[in-house]
Amino acid sequence: MSDDHVYLSLAEGHEDDTRWAYGTGFEDPLHGVDTTVPEGVDTGRLAAQCVALADDALVSAQRLAEWTTRAPELEEEVALANIGLDLLGQARLLYARAGRTDGTGRDEDAYAYFRDPAEFRNVRLAELPNGDFAFSLVRLLVLSSWRLAHFGELSSHPDPVLAAVAAKGVKELTYHRQYAAEWVVRLGDGTPESHRRTRRAVEQVAPYFGELFTAYDARDEVAAVLRQVTEAAGLPMPVYRPLPGSGRAGEHTEHLAPLLAELQGVARAHPGATW
Amino acid sequence: MVTAVQDVQRAWRIAEQVPDPELPMLTLADLGVLRGVEMTADGTVVARLTPTYSGCPAMAEMRADVAARLRGAGYARVEIRTVLDPPWTSDWITPQGRRKLTEHGIAPPGAAPRRAAGPVPLVLMPARRTVACPRCGAADTEETSRFAATSCKALYRCRACREPFEYVKEI
Repeated sequence: MSDDHVYLSLAEGHEDDTRWAYGTGFEDPLHGVDTTVPEGVDTGRLAAQCVALADDALVSAQRLAEWTTRAPELEEEVALANIGLDLLGQARLLYARAGRTDGTGRDEDAYAYFRDPAEFRNVRLAELPNGDFAFSLVRLLVLSSWRLAHFGELSSHPDPVLAAVAAKGVKELTYHRQYAAEWVVRLGDGTPESHRRTRRAVEQVAPYFGELFTAYDARDEVAAVLRQVTEAAGLPMPVYRPLPGSGRAGEHTEHLAPLLAELQGVARAHPGATW
Repeated sequence: MVTAVQDVQRAWRIAEQVPDPELPMLTLADLGVLRGVEMTADGTVVARLTPTYSGCPAMAEMRADVAARLRGAGYARVEIRTVLDPPWTSDWITPQGRRKLTEHGIAPPGAAPRRAAGPVPLVLMPARRTVACPRCGAADTEETSRFAATSCKALYRCRACREPFEYVKEI
């Protein structure tokens, strides 16, 4: 390959069939990692936990990618796409972990492309449409705050693979939360219009908190972050009014199916496709 | 006659020279992603690599490049293992790697944050690091975006020479 020109090297043929970022059938992201599950770890529970966290990440990454070509500025577009890429990487590792744990031997493609909406276990907050920039950033603040708290705890999980994925994720999520928090302050403390929209976004996300906390109760840590950010932004704290149902039980909004149709369409129409 | 120790040292030298696909001025050893090269009893060369970021799309490329170079150097049995623990940190970029980054107009990272146990604190409007311009050396620079063309970099600009530049983030 042309070592000095990354874009030329992308276009070159590869004898070894390695590819960068498109298509199906990628090499297992846990390639060469010891995936023996330690004695005493409940494999069913571990797999379910990995799938739920991977689904949150995959669905969030898809929503973040939708901002590409639509964000207010190029820098924000790059930031949102980068955050999505981190989450996609976390999802791949977690799906691979689940497939070697639940006895099915499924690969990441089987989880991402060949499950139907009711089989997804992401929280509904992740699948809601992007709305405006304020809604997307308030949502990112909530999801990254919860995930950061959860991954901090999972860093000492008895399964060394999940613990390592989480420890790595903590570093990435710290950047995601920082980005979202600074934007929420800027928007809340900005113009009357940005304040109004951000305030509305805070109200819109509140009913979806419950699903997050059933998987891992980080309500104190998340509330502390939200209090810090809303105070700096001049926004009210969200008032939690729980909605019935849960994405963790496969009960989704009408918005997940179209998202997955777009995500899965090519892989399903052309199984084994690389592009 | 080549001893096993010499052989594994040679394998290391071959593997460490593989350039990073996204920062091709650095080798995988400069970047700190090549964690080790060993030889098993049956003569298999095992190279261990760790990803910089979970979503780094260059991992498969790196694995293939290291394997191809080792095979090209005559090692018939090559195995590349992914290491996730401990997670990569920008502190693993070697002094030589940092020098090469600067020479290519990319500011190297400062010290990675040390975190205590317990919740990660959120610091709103943190004091910005002083990042020296890799072109003119001026300290009067500003961050334009914390995210750039690859996961590991941020965008800056120099107020003195007016040039934009990239900065490898500490993580």
